[in-house]
Amino acid sequence: MAFYRAHVLVCKGTGCTASGSPSVYEALKKELERRGLDQEVALVETGCHGMCEMGPIVVIYPEGSLYCRVTVDDVPEIVEEHLYKGRLVQRLLYTTPDTKFKVPHYRDIPFYSKQLRIALRNCGYINPDNIDEYIARDGYEALAKALTTMKPEEVITEVRTSGLRGRGGGGFPTGTKWEFCRKAQGDKKYVICNADEGDPGAFMDRSLLEGDPHAVIEGMMLGAYAIGADEGYIYCRAEYPLAIKRLRGAIAQAGEYGLIGDNIMGSDFSFHLHIKEGAGAFVCGEETALMASIQGERGMPYPRPPFPANKGLWGKPTNINNVETWANVPNIIRNGGAWYASIGTEKSKGTKVFALTGKVNNTGLVEVPMGTTLRDIVFDMGGGILNNRKFKAVQIGGPSGGCLAEQHLDLPVDYESLTAAGAIMGSGGLVVIDEDTCMVDVSKFFLEFTQRESCGKCVPCREGTKQMLLILDKISSGKGRMEDLKILEDLALMVKEMSLCGLGQTAPNPVLTTLRYFREEYEAHIRDKKCPAMVCKALISYVIDPEKCRKCGLCAKNCPVNCIAGDRNTPYVIDQEKCIKCGTCLEVCPFQAVSKV
Amino acid sequence: MKVTSLEDLRKIKESAKDLTSARSRGATRVIIGMGTCGIAAGAREVMTAILEELDKRGLKDVAVETTGCIGMCQKEPLVDIIRPGEPRTTYGEVSPADAVRIIAEHLVNGHIVEDKVIGQTD
Repeated sequence: MAFYRAHVLVCKGTGCTASGSPSVYEALKKELERRGLDQEVALVETGCHGMCEMGPIVVIYPEGSLYCRVTVDDVPEIVEEHLYKGRLVQRLLYTTPDTKFKVPHYRDIPFYSKQLRIALRNCGYINPDNIDEYIARDGYEALAKALTTMKPEEVITEVRTSGLRGRGGGGFPTGTKWEFCRKAQGDKKYVICNADEGDPGAFMDRSLLEGDPHAVIEGMMLGAYAIGADEGYIYCRAEYPLAIKRLRGAIAQAGEYGLIGDNIMGSDFSFHLHIKEGAGAFVCGEETALMASIQGERGMPYPRPPFPANKGLWGKPTNINNVETWANVPNIIRNGGAWYASIGTEKSKGTKVFALTGKVNNTGLVEVPMGTTLRDIVFDMGGGILNNRKFKAVQIGGPSGGCLAEQHLDLPVDYESLTAAGAIMGSGGLVVIDEDTCMVDVSKFFLEFTQRESCGKCVPCREGTKQMLLILDKISSGKGRMEDLKILEDLALMVKEMSLCGLGQTAPNPVLTTLRYFREEYEAHIRDKKCPAMVCKALISYVIDPEKCRKCGLCAKNCPVNCIAGDRNTPYVIDQEKCIKCGTCLEVCPFQAVSKV
Repeated sequence: MKVTSLEDLRKIKESAKDLTSARSRGATRVIIGMGTCGIAAGAREVMTAILEELDKRGLKDVAVETTGCIGMCQKEPLVDIIRPGEPRTTYGEVSPADAVRIIAEHLVNGHIVEDKVIGQTD
């Protein structure tokens, strides 16, 4: 093979694919051929780099320059300037929002320089469709180390030493969980990877599976070896077609090398792996419902005990971990548990991947040591609030999580501190909320989601979330009473206490935390019939200032319900009876004469 | 092939290394001036010769980079060699044949090709 002096990495994660990376890839391929550089410059597809906001992302090595929002039209310039003449294409480099500095190196971009990538270490760096690239980055070395030099118990000890805890939300110590399953009686045992990521705004599991599928597979195999399982399932939602495609490819390639199959690397350890596509029900992320779904039954949870470690899939001892948990395991076995335990806080070790979304400049994936503050995540890596608005809250942990306010910005993020503040680590969704967002509306949004996804098996969750939602509806439409807040709180605590599974037990968290930290917003809706953030439609109206109105008629022309009247001589007026509060008039008015009150 | 032992895995790793090695800036760097002046003086041919020589010798851990005009256009094509623990060495008026000699003498054997050096900086 020829000596490739440069590598051009094109992100083909879901985010960049959506913003057009496949056509950029094709254009680069053609342009390199046209310039006669195709024998010295390698073109590589990778998984997600995390900075999805700036996609399509193209990274060029050996310099390590990252180009943002690359279009097909930029391709000839990149090839001629960077690859031919060695000059960086300044205008496509990442620009820091505050100092306007063009950052020449990938690693110096604040979004990346503050991260510590362990689970994501290969994402955006290797071609996920090529097992050799994974092996070149020490892939399957942990498995070889375990199979040739470690007893299964020693693998468990190493994981216990690392302090790794479940990354799917529960935070249960992984080594302990494995030990339960190891000790369980049974001739047949299973390992399962929970890839049923369903939180609105969470996409770390998807990106991991797309960007580094072998890390998850190797982690599962180490777990299987440790507990004595020989078969595994990856339960991945069907809405993740790219992740499933990459997984299938990875399993096939590992099979060709004999890394999956019988007597792996000459040992007596055998492992077979299947993919089960889920239909996208949120409750199937709950472990007992997930196993029911794999067995072909309706995805509904059942009460524990018995725990899956004793009686799981098809009644056999089963160990379930989430994607990110599994992806950490090969790193722990390769580098040792003590190494992993040296990162993070006293009780939460290692790193956590967060999906940063909402009203923040750099949406994307970040992996940080446990104990990093929310301020660092939102303002340093996230680049601050969109359009320079004021920060109001972060919603952390998805629909099962809670909203934390400004006073929590300096909170070091770990399992304990988040639980103490009323939120949860969850799978790591982090939605940034600015001053233009109504907190009643936010809790309504998340509750609507959990209410819809409730499987209906137990009454507290099925009926409780419904009643809570009705009360929130009442409040946001201006018909709430002060007593409702007490009823809402009582209901929320009841649902939290009495529900059968994690879905119901955590569903009230958004309501409870907003009541705790943003009670005055609820009260404003009830007492003053006002929505302070001007979001709840029933409590706002649009008016036209007759002084500012220049009688152009643009508002009337664009109004979808024809409720604005006026002409060349009289200022336009909105008929409040007919107005549906769509806000179109405010958007189109060139003179800022329309306002929300 | 089937991986039946740790040695097999290491073998695959060894041969796969060059798949990703260009993505970490190697300790040894070869930098070729590719400004308009460099290209006009034949830098492209020099680069091709360097890449072929590296390939022939199986040298993987070398980063070959290009750079723009540094102002000494009369001495183009310019080739810089950076090796760990050595000052940056700049060679001027490099022909493809000189380039091959620089790879063999300097990169592999560690002897500076005196007749082509035009400067050294830390």
